[in-house]
Amino acid sequence: MPEGAPPQRGAPSGDPSERRFRLDPAWLYLAPAAALLGVYLLYPALSTLYMSLFDPRSGQYVGLSHYAYLLTHRETILVFRNNLMWLLLFTSATVVLGLLLAVLTNQVRYEAIAKAIVFVPMAVSFTAAAVIWRFMYVFQPARFDQIGVVNAIVTTLGGQPVAWISNTTYNNFALIVAGTWIWTGFALVVVSAGLKGIPAEIIEAARVDGANERQIFWNVILPMLQPVIVVVAVTLVINSLKVFDLVYVMTFGNFNTDVLANRMFKEMFTFGNFGRASAVAVILLAGILPLMALNIRRFRREQT
Amino acid sequence: MVPTLGLFVSSFRPARAIATSGWWTALRPPFEFTLQNYESVLLTQGMAQSFRNSLVITVPATALTMLVAAIAAYAFAWMEFRGRDALFLVVVGLIVVPLQLTLIPVLRMYASIGLTGTFHGMWLAHAAYGMPFAIFLLRNFFVALPKDLLESAFLEGATHFTAFRRIVMPLSVPALAALGIFQFLWVWNDLLIALVYLGGHRAVAPMTVTISNLVNSFGGAWQLLTAAAFVSMVLPLAVFFALQRYFVEGILAGAVKG
Repeated sequence: MPEGAPPQRGAPSGDPSERRFRLDPAWLYLAPAAALLGVYLLYPALSTLYMSLFDPRSGQYVGLSHYAYLLTHRETILVFRNNLMWLLLFTSATVVLGLLLAVLTNQVRYEAIAKAIVFVPMAVSFTAAAVIWRFMYVFQPARFDQIGVVNAIVTTLGGQPVAWISNTTYNNFALIVAGTWIWTGFALVVVSAGLKGIPAEIIEAARVDGANERQIFWNVILPMLQPVIVVVAVTLVINSLKVFDLVYVMTFGNFNTDVLANRMFKEMFTFGNFGRASAVAVILLAGILPLMALNIRRFRREQT
Repeated sequence: MVPTLGLFVSSFRPARAIATSGWWTALRPPFEFTLQNYESVLLTQGMAQSFRNSLVITVPATALTMLVAAIAAYAFAWMEFRGRDALFLVVVGLIVVPLQLTLIPVLRMYASIGLTGTFHGMWLAHAAYGMPFAIFLLRNFFVALPKDLLESAFLEGATHFTAFRRIVMPLSVPALAALGIFQFLWVWNDLLIALVYLGGHRAVAPMTVTISNLVNSFGGAWQLLTAAAFVSMVLPLAVFFALQRYFVEGILAGAVKG
């Protein structure tokens, strides 16, 4: 980035050799943004990479030992497993639900209202959503009336109430359901926009050729929606890797539900181990890097 | 819908009723509703203070993001300079960088210059974290504006600053609205950045932090938690219903933001 060294030695401004040193006015426009990005994103990112190689108080060089620790301890391997579960289940469930609802609402009369209802959770904070879902999952011993919706349904159907939040068999699924509830509206809205972009003639033509609704969906609509679905899936994968608020408020990562972002928070504030916290952040970045490359590639293609 | 309705109904029920019967039973007579829970979270649990804090954090942070991003986006869209395309690719890449990567160094910097626990620190941090996406969204909109309009203005001697202020900004109201709503909700609903840079101090805590503290200390006090959560949802829901179109546009444009 050029520093603002003004070339004021009286040379005519038309002289090309002098003009090279003139401060381009564009930099004036970019300076505030560049300063923010440099101070809050670029420099700290490099600094974190560096810190992940040092001991908890960033004094002693420890090589890759933080990474080795994270990859070999049961408790932290669990963190990777959970993030992987989020990535696979949350992403696929949200994409499928969003696609399904988009196709369905496209055909009903109250489309706008139906969409708004599914979309509302996007406006609410994950913190509030976490409260909402903790309440949905409330557990009372079987001899009491259930006050949580999920257990009330389970007991009405003749089952035993389940402690959804602390039961390690179910709790990750329970959290992922809450995440899906929040994000389905996003998938729905983006896919619907894609659906609107498919020319009606194409679908008409397929119908004239004798295709039934199912064939139209699988052979015409789905392939045409593919780019949109990729965009939605990429966004969801990124969010599944970074999931924090929901886990922090619902379980704080206890009962085997910890994820990378929450683990980093714990390393920082519970254990005071900044080195290992940095390593967690770097691993998070490593997971997101391929998606970043994908985004940049897509952007470049759209520009040409 | 059902989960949200449950929260809403419960926030008006007495503590004893919430703890012993499902909220759906409250929808039949005898009706038993109260405003006590709201009084209690707003006055004794500090939600009124937190509501103010959330506003004081969110409004300037949103305005700052929009202003700085609009100026930079103009340069990317309408000014020629060396390295423009490469620099813009950096911005596109930064959109998805996990902000976890920046927490420790920024926290250290804040601690050493006394910005921890301050609203200024929050404004700057949110503006920076929102910047890549904001520039991306606005630049894409600015580029698509009619070229003739700007070129004839330049022929008549308009400066970049005039073109920015008189032509680009007025024509970009929809994009600015979409970005404004998006960023407003992003900051309003943030928990992580507030937890890290503000610490848990009640005097500065936004509502997300206060709610998560309530969950920690009164995990089963549903009368408090439901009312508190609903207080935090009022403004986003109002924004959502009043400006749904811009909101949806912002989300659509934001399909790349992680």
